[in-house]
Amino acid sequence: MDKALQVSAIKDGTVIDHIPASRLFDVISILKLYKNKEMITFGTNLDSKQLGKKGIIKVANRFFQGKEVDKIALIAPNAKLNTIKNYEVVEKRVVEIPDTIVSIAKCFNPKCITNHEKITTRFSVISKNPIELKCLFCEKITLENQVEII
Amino acid sequence: MHKKDLISITDFSKEDYLRIMELATEFEKNPNQDLLSGKVAATLFFEPSTRTRLSFETAISRLGGKIIGFSDSSSSSVSKGETLHDTIRMVSNYADLIVMRHPLEGSARYASQVSGVPVINAGDGANQHPTQTLLDMYSIMKTQGRLDNINIFMVGDLKYGRTVHSLLQALSVFENPIFNFIAPPELAMPVEYKRFLESKGIRYFEHLEFTDIMSEADIIYMTRVQKERFNDPMEYEKVKNVYILKNSMLENTKPTMKILHPLPRVNEIHTDVDDNPKAYYFTQALNGVFTRQAIISHIMGLK
Repeated sequence: MDKALQVSAIKDGTVIDHIPASRLFDVISILKLYKNKEMITFGTNLDSKQLGKKGIIKVANRFFQGKEVDKIALIAPNAKLNTIKNYEVVEKRVVEIPDTIVSIAKCFNPKCITNHEKITTRFSVISKNPIELKCLFCEKITLENQVEII
Repeated sequence: MHKKDLISITDFSKEDYLRIMELATEFEKNPNQDLLSGKVAATLFFEPSTRTRLSFETAISRLGGKIIGFSDSSSSSVSKGETLHDTIRMVSNYADLIVMRHPLEGSARYASQVSGVPVINAGDGANQHPTQTLLDMYSIMKTQGRLDNINIFMVGDLKYGRTVHSLLQALSVFENPIFNFIAPPELAMPVEYKRFLESKGIRYFEHLEFTDIMSEADIIYMTRVQKERFNDPMEYEKVKNVYILKNSMLENTKPTMKILHPLPRVNEIHTDVDDNPKAYYFTQALNGVFTRQAIISHIMGLK
């Protein structure tokens, strides 16, 4: 079946593609898309050669930058961002996990100082696949399935 | 110049380690040196640790410095709800150096970012206790005459024991160490440390109990097996007497071999070992004062 029939096209905005089906609602949540006033269409459990089942989100008139892209990368490391202008894909970007993660993830260690005082969290990324984040403060490693976005 | 702190043992290079060893040797020969005269050092103990605090305060006193601080957070403004951030901001305006022990992990790194004066971590929860590691290294250096080619047996709680993790990291920068781990499976050396050794091509061996090959040991490093680490009390009962070092086990060990222990000991070293010249744990504690004098001098650029 043609993909265009599954999720309708947008004029201007961003298509976030190749989200693991199980993380679709997490991506909606971390980007706070539930507060968005523009048109959003999303689909999940779509067939994907790469992921088996994938999710896709189309957001009108939103273009993601910087920290928002880093957040997507932590939840959906294989996601692709397609920028749409006047129904055309003008840019395709694969999200990339940066080498350091500042202020967007929470340390999994309940005894870490960052979970007790107002402190900007910092991690060095010691592995990108699977994701392993080393807290700069308590030095403990947060694993991919423990990553919680602030 | 950027201020120097000691938060994690890996903050220091091999050159730093060797310089500390050299300075500690000097302080052992001549402990009273007025290098901190006119300076104020703050010892902030947010949780009690009498041994570590007395060792630091002795080191600061022998350097001629004055001490301010508290030995327990109930006697400080923390009990009124002050944040660590505010306590450190305030104290770093008063003092020239902060020595800090805190129950939360990462607290010392955070304090070093907030403070304008050097911070020495005297233990942040289960994370790091780098001055203990440096005094362990000084004890090895002093008794073996070297830090290269050390065959070390680490015994007891290797899973949660921060002292063994830090010592492992520190010794790994020297030539050709051999690690032997003796622990129950529940308290085995965590896989990330074994991976770390493998990545550096360093040999290690794991044992479930004391073994004959302890005859090759240069150092036996004992730690406490704590009951509260076990989910199942039966498991603790099964292993609690397996990791007790007795004098009779030391017969075939090298004459130069020494037994270290970060103290306090409970029953993991039988008291019949105490009079054996291979027992070194009480002298090891004294070495802590010289090592801490060396660390303070190094960090503050006094020597």
